Amino acid sequence: MSKKKNAEAYQKTFAFRFFRWLSGEKDPYTGTLEMHPQKEYQPDREAALRHEKEHDAIMDKVYDTEHNRWLHLFHRLYQTTSVLFCLFLIALLLVTVSYLPANGTVTRPVNNEVSARYIEKGLEETGAVNIVAGMILDYRAFDTLGESHVLFVATITVLILLRLNKTEKDEAEVSDRRFEPKNDAILQVVATFLVPVIIIFGIYIILNGHLGPGGGFSGGAVIGAGLVLYLNAFGFQKTERFFTEKTYKWVCFFSLSFYCLAKSYSFYTGANHLHSVIPKGTPGAILSSGLILPLNIAVGLVVACTIYAFYAMFRKGGF
Amino acid sequence: MTAFQVILMGLLIICAVSVSFSKNLLNSILIYMSFSLVMSMLWICLESPDLAITEAAVGAGITSVLFFVTLKKIHAIDASDPDAKEEKENE
Amino acid sequence: MGPNLLANYGEAVSAILFCIGFTNLLLQTNLIKKIIGLNIMDSAIYLFLAEKGYIAGRAAPIVADGITSTESYINPIPSGLVLTGIVVSVSVTALMLSLTIRLYTRYHTLDLDEISTQLKREGR
Repeated sequence: MSKKKNAEAYQKTFAFRFFRWLSGEKDPYTGTLEMHPQKEYQPDREAALRHEKEHDAIMDKVYDTEHNRWLHLFHRLYQTTSVLFCLFLIALLLVTVSYLPANGTVTRPVNNEVSARYIEKGLEETGAVNIVAGMILDYRAFDTLGESHVLFVATITVLILLRLNKTEKDEAEVSDRRFEPKNDAILQVVATFLVPVIIIFGIYIILNGHLGPGGGFSGGAVIGAGLVLYLNAFGFQKTERFFTEKTYKWVCFFSLSFYCLAKSYSFYTGANHLHSVIPKGTPGAILSSGLILPLNIAVGLVVACTIYAFYAMFRKGGF
Repeated sequence: MTAFQVILMGLLIICAVSVSFSKNLLNSILIYMSFSLVMSMLWICLESPDLAITEAAVGAGITSVLFFVTLKKIHAIDASDPDAKEEKENE
Repeated sequence: MGPNLLANYGEAVSAILFCIGFTNLLLQTNLIKKIIGLNIMDSAIYLFLAEKGYIAGRAAPIVADGITSTESYINPIPSGLVLTGIVVSVSVTALMLSLTIRLYTRYHTLDLDEISTQLKREGR
């Protein structure tokens, strides 16, 4: 027979208090601890400043590189070790060089049948008088395509790193030209004479890439240098009339995709033993050597645009 | 031709060493420019005219111009930034 | 030591140049000088490759008078490789310089030690 407790007696038992505490209705400390109402939070300026100052002092002490004896010792050790390592490397490489086959001789392993084949059949198979141009734009054209893409990707990366928005660009342009004479007369007159000559020389190098020394890369760089000189003499307003971001985009797009399509065609015909419809022409003529001349022009356009784009982005963060 | 090549190679080493020892950044960039020019002469001696043209246009021209613009940009940042100026005056 | 050190003076010079560039990379704290050191290393490699293809007494690989025998021209393969390398090294240089400009706008110094100290101070 169970004994029935009344409510008052039950409230004094341990079980009641425990379950109340467990369900969170009662704080066991209420009434047992001395409690004061909290003050409202007021930001203490001085303490914050003091704390900041202390933090700075600690940081200054921690990162005090001038009076850190161990750091000095480490620097000294690092310098001696690296100089010794480089001397060791020089000695090692010189010993290695001394065992290489003698310079300028024909019997070196580099001069094997691959280069002999390029020299003997190069003119016949590619139609290019310049064997190097025939090699990099016909036998190894895939390599050159990758290189053009490296240039393109580098331009895009520089654009990501240095790009500014419209207002920042205007500010950068103002501060960029603050310390230099605007529209310098001597520079402008010299540029009027020199820029056409430089650009024509670049075009000559590109168009003669298969006949003599030169080609898309060097010619493109020369044209880019001419454009840079023009930009320096006449400022951005003049160049923006013919070269903007849109120009760069379309020139690179058309050059690279033309390169891709042309080489796809020649790979397709070459791999399937088909006869290519592109005429080789007579070696030595300007319109000869099949695809090499158009490919040179495409590469030259990409390089010229890239160089100008690099310069413009370094100057004001955009084209 | 061999003596000329040896002289050019000596110039190359002198340029490369003096780049690291010059205190002024502008000087070291100019020395690097002359390094590229000597290099392009050396390509002619090594019978590679393609490389000579490319090195003269790219190494001596474009690379040095990019270095110069970087230097100019850095000075422009220093001059146009008010915080940096104040810090310098405080120091 | 082998017998060909004096005959291979071009390769020897390229080895020395490579080590000078490498020392620049190790010892200079200035970022622009580090980039120049890397470019010198590039040039040393190109010089080494071009020296490999050079054959004494022969002409550049541009066909003259229709002569296509192996005996009259130097090896064209290193020239082609180096031509590719020179142009790629320009884009690499431009990329590194733009990174330098970004670092300078953030930290107002070109000294690599200074930059790393500032990074540690900011607690990153």
